Formats: sequence, structure tokens, C-alpha cells
Amino acid sequence: MNRSLKLPAGWLQRIGAVFRKSAGPDGGEASERTAAKGAKLPNPFWVIVNKEIGDHVRSWRYSLLLGLMALTCIASIYTASAGMRDAASSDEAVRSFFFLKLFTESNNSIPPFMQFIAFLGPLIGIGLGFDAVNAERNKGTLSRMMAQPIHRDDVINAKFVASFIVIGILFFALGFLVAGFGIAVLGVPPTPEEFWRMIFFLLLSTIYVGFWLNLAILLSVRFRQAATSALTAFSIWIFFLVFYGMILNLLAGSLLSRSADVDSLLQNQSLLMFLYRLSPSQLFSEATTTLLMPDVRALGPLTMEQIVGAIPSPLPLGQSLLLVWPQLVGLIAATLIIFALSYVSFMKQEIRSRS
Amino acid sequence: MAEPIIELRQLTKKYGDFTAVDRLSLTVEKGEIFGLLGPNGAGKSTTILMMLGLSEPNMGQVRVCGVDPTRHPLQAKRKVGYLPDDVGFYEDRTGLENLIYTAMLNRIPRDEAYDRAMRLLERVGMTEAAHKKTGTYSRGMRQRLGLADVLIKRPEMIILDEPTLGIDPEGVRELLQLIRSLSRDEGITVLLSSHHLHQVQQICDRVGLFVKGRLIAVGDIAELSRELFEEEPIVVEASVRNASGQLAEKLGAVDGVLRVHRDGEENWQIGCSRDVASELARVIVEDGAALSRLTIREYGLDEIYHRYFEGGDSK
Repeated sequence: MNRSLKLPAGWLQRIGAVFRKSAGPDGGEASERTAAKGAKLPNPFWVIVNKEIGDHVRSWRYSLLLGLMALTCIASIYTASAGMRDAASSDEAVRSFFFLKLFTESNNSIPPFMQFIAFLGPLIGIGLGFDAVNAERNKGTLSRMMAQPIHRDDVINAKFVASFIVIGILFFALGFLVAGFGIAVLGVPPTPEEFWRMIFFLLLSTIYVGFWLNLAILLSVRFRQAATSALTAFSIWIFFLVFYGMILNLLAGSLLSRSADVDSLLQNQSLLMFLYRLSPSQLFSEATTTLLMPDVRALGPLTMEQIVGAIPSPLPLGQSLLLVWPQLVGLIAATLIIFALSYVSFMKQEIRSRS
Repeated sequence: MAEPIIELRQLTKKYGDFTAVDRLSLTVEKGEIFGLLGPNGAGKSTTILMMLGLSEPNMGQVRVCGVDPTRHPLQAKRKVGYLPDDVGFYEDRTGLENLIYTAMLNRIPRDEAYDRAMRLLERVGMTEAAHKKTGTYSRGMRQRLGLADVLIKRPEMIILDEPTLGIDPEGVRELLQLIRSLSRDEGITVLLSSHHLHQVQQICDRVGLFVKGRLIAVGDIAELSRELFEEEPIVVEASVRNASGQLAEKLGAVDGVLRVHRDGEENWQIGCSRDVASELARVIVEDGAALSRLTIREYGLDEIYHRYFEGGDSK
């Protein structure tokens, strides 16, 4: 238990140590206390997680985000039910994955649930993370906390885990709420496959928001002012939301018009796809589309040879998952990289009081 | 009591080209109240951070409570309480909740944490404010809560960084009294840093003078003044009425007197190499003058301080 604070992932082992209730070389006092009380020792990591969740749930900011999400929920149910009433009677093929339409269907004036999440998710992630570290630093609580016998990485890990749990609960609650309302309004229960697709979709959304959360935490480690980190995070979000697509469109125009033959056209197209997929929102939208619309069979250009002989039927869940596996891995990797960056820069920083 | 609780040897910390702490060696004994005295930016806080293992020294050794905090920061932090300057609390939580949170970070079960927190809040006179949010606390209340926060883990030693900064004089007096009585009752070693001379003087057993990353003198106030004012360790101040014209000469002739300075009509300052107050009194009375007051002034930290910082550049 006597490692320097530079060692990462120490908390995992310490959680284990708590479960074993072993007294380390320095745990003599602690084990005395346990013996006296006969109670489970609270691990500092979970103490911080607890407190962080408490802070989030009580905060004004969280109520605001919750309000936004509730509006999303109502709007998407409204738009979906309006769109689906027409669809339900007319098209038999649609009916096969009728339930998932709750998340994807829209009547064009209001975007569907899926797009709401893609749009609002970053906002939630940034909202929960942008002042994670610098607010504590400015309030002078960080140095007080660091003077307690906890590993330094406990703080940043706990902050991430706490926000991630809050986001996960929020999204799952919201998803199930939409599903429940959908069942009540439309009277169509989900099939098991649809249920699992929904679960994967919610999981994916949580990871996607986790990416933005990590980005916000990284910025909160780097910048001393909460306002600066919030603004920077929003700029990055808006860049990907608005300008990245525009820039790529410009690029696409010049690239594709210059392509002489099919090979170079395909090459340029795949280059463009690659660039598009550098944006986490693109990864997210491709992955959700595939998960929620089983009839999506491929992402990217297909040649005629590839299409010939294919039966235009919905993919089973396993195949859809396989199709979006790269996107999923990409998102998780991006999230982890950003987290690693914030972890390293937090560990390297010197904690002084209010500076 | 000669058991060292802090041992620093050749401790050095550099930030780029700037040397914040320069080959610092210091020993503090158990049960002492030790004052680290120095102007802002002298390296006091950096030294404290290294004692807690929050900052790594470039060179040298630290031992705190028998532990090397650079290698085993957790063990060190279990035994050492640290109150940063301008301590902050979670403002939307009550004082009690803040204390319990700290206690739980120290792996103290919730029930016991509650008991300890209530006892400590009583000790620092904050029982009434226990259930108020810390956002409403005044600065002095925050410092007192900070003291309770430091003590809740039952440390062997506490380090207070500028504990009196920004508190009114009465509050300072109370806080210092509190620190002193806590140290005496619980046998806790206290290390406090400050640039306020008088406050340090009031409660510290020993003082270390810190300038530009170097410890230039250590000792109690008397020792320091002896060390610093070798040539003139004692100044006798006298109020004399009806002094004759020869008094200055007569005083100067007394063995041990180095300097005689008449300050205004009645006040005399006589610098001496040793305590010759009784002879001076005799000379004055024999001179036929009326001696209304005679005091021996030992140099306080103020003089020590000034002396150092005036000479600080040349050294």
C-alpha cells in the first residue's frame, strides 16, 4: 500500500484490499477501528464518488440539464407517435422493428430522440465536467483534500466515475421513460432484440457523453478558470457540430470533382470517410443509426458487385454490432485517450492552495 | 522531548532556474511549536508541500514522523495534518458535513466521524455553526473549522500555512490561543508558517528564519537575538530627568556599554554587550538625575526581521 502517488490504477488494488479487510503495514490503526466498530471501512475512492454524485444531483446545473432532457423526452415521444401512426397502418416492412421507430422516427419538424441525444449529449457531458478540477482548486478545497491520505489519482478517477454514473443513470432513465411512454401511447411492446438494441444504444450514448465529459475534465485540469474551460469545450463542440462538416464538404467538392476514374474516386471517398470519422459525433451517429435501424447494412460506399445478391432484409443484432464495432472501439479509444491525457496532466500538476 | 519529528537534510527544490528551497536542513522536535518565518515567496509553502509529499524535492531528504513522505506520501499524510493558507470548504455543505467528509477520506467510519466532528467543533467553539453551510462562514470561522478539519484524523503533527492571514486581531489572538492549548493538551507538534512576526513570537517555542529559500537562523527569540546582535545584544532604555551635561560621558565610561544615544530630552538608549542595568542605574542616580524608568529591551522578531531583510541582499 505504500506506493508513490505516481502509480496509476492503485485504487483497483486498494478496493481489493478493502474487501479483504487486510491491514497493511500502515493499516494498524485502521484495523483497530474496524475491530472496534465491526463496520465496513469506507474506501476513500467511493467516499469521493459518493460525495461527487451528491454534489451533482443537488446542483442547480443538474436540474437544468434534467429539465432539458425531460423536454427532449416529451418532444421525441410526440414526434415519434405522430410519425408512427401513419407508418403503422401502411407499411408491413416497417412493422418488423416498429418499436425502435420510437427513437428514430420524426415528422421532420422536430428531430427524433436519436438526434436529440447526439445534440444534447455533449452539452450534458460538458455541463457536468467543465469545472471538475479547477473549481475545487479555486475554492481551495483541492489542496485540503490532497492533504488527506488518499492517492492523487483517486480524485480524478472518482470525479470521472461519479459523473459517468450520473450520466448513465440519466440516460437509462430517459431511454426507459421514452420506451415506457411509447408502449403506453402506441401499445406495441418491444421484442427481445429491440430491447437489446435499445440497451446498446443507451450504452453507446453514455460512452459518447463520456467522451465529452472527459474532454471537459481535461480542460478543467488545464485551465485555471472554469469559464475558460467551459468556453473552450463549447468551442470544440460547436466546431465539430457545425464547421467540421462544412470544411469537409468543401474538401469533398474539390476532391471528388478531380477524381478521374473509379479507383481514385473510391480512394478519395474513403479518405473523406476517414476524415469524417475523426469527429466523435460522426462515429456516434453512424453507430446509433446502425443499431436503431436494422435495415442499415453498410456504412460507406458499396460497389455494384457488393450489392448484387444481397437480400434487402434487416440485419440481426450481432451483425449490426459487428458493423459498428470499429465506431464503438473508436469512441471508447477516444474517450480513454482524453482521460489518459487529463490523468497525466493532473498527476503532474503541483497542487498549491488557490493557485 | 529530544525526539525529532521533522528532519530535513539538504533539501532543495528548483523550478527551472529558480531555486525555491536551497539546501535546507532543519530538525523539529516532538511537541514543539515551531514557527517558519519569512516574507512571501521565501519558499515556506514549497517546504511544507515537500514535507507532505505533495511536491518532490530535487535533492535532499525529508523525514516526517519517521516516514519519508516522498516515497510514502500516504503514510505521511495519515500522521500529518495540513491546513493550507486560505483553506476552502464545500460551500453548499455544512461545517459538520465537511468534517465528516474529511474523516471518511481518512477511513474513519461514519458514526465515529460524527462523534469526533461534534467534539472538535465544540473544542474550536463552532457548535452553533455546525449545521450552517460553510458558504456563510466568516474568514475566522473558516480557519477554526480548518483547525478542526486538520485535527479530525488525530495527527501527530499539524502544519499550518499562514493560519492567521486575514483575520482581525481579536480573532488572531483566539486562534493562536487555541493552537497553543491544542498543542499542549494533545501533545501535537505544530509547525506554522507566517510572515507576521508578533504572532509567531506569541506562541512559538522556536523560530526559523527563512529568506530566499534558505534558512538563515534557527532558535528561540533570545537565541536569535544573541546570534544576530552579537555586537550589541542588549539595549537599555532609560527615562531620565534633570540629567547633567556629563551624564553621557559617564554612562559611556561604564564597562560593557557600547553606545549611548540621547533620544529627545528624557529618553536614553544605551547599547550594551551584557546586562549592566544596575550599574547604569547607579551612575544615573549618582549623577544627581531623576531616574523614572529603566527597561531592558530584548530584540523582538521585528528587529531581527528587519535586520535580515535589510542585509538580505548583501549576504
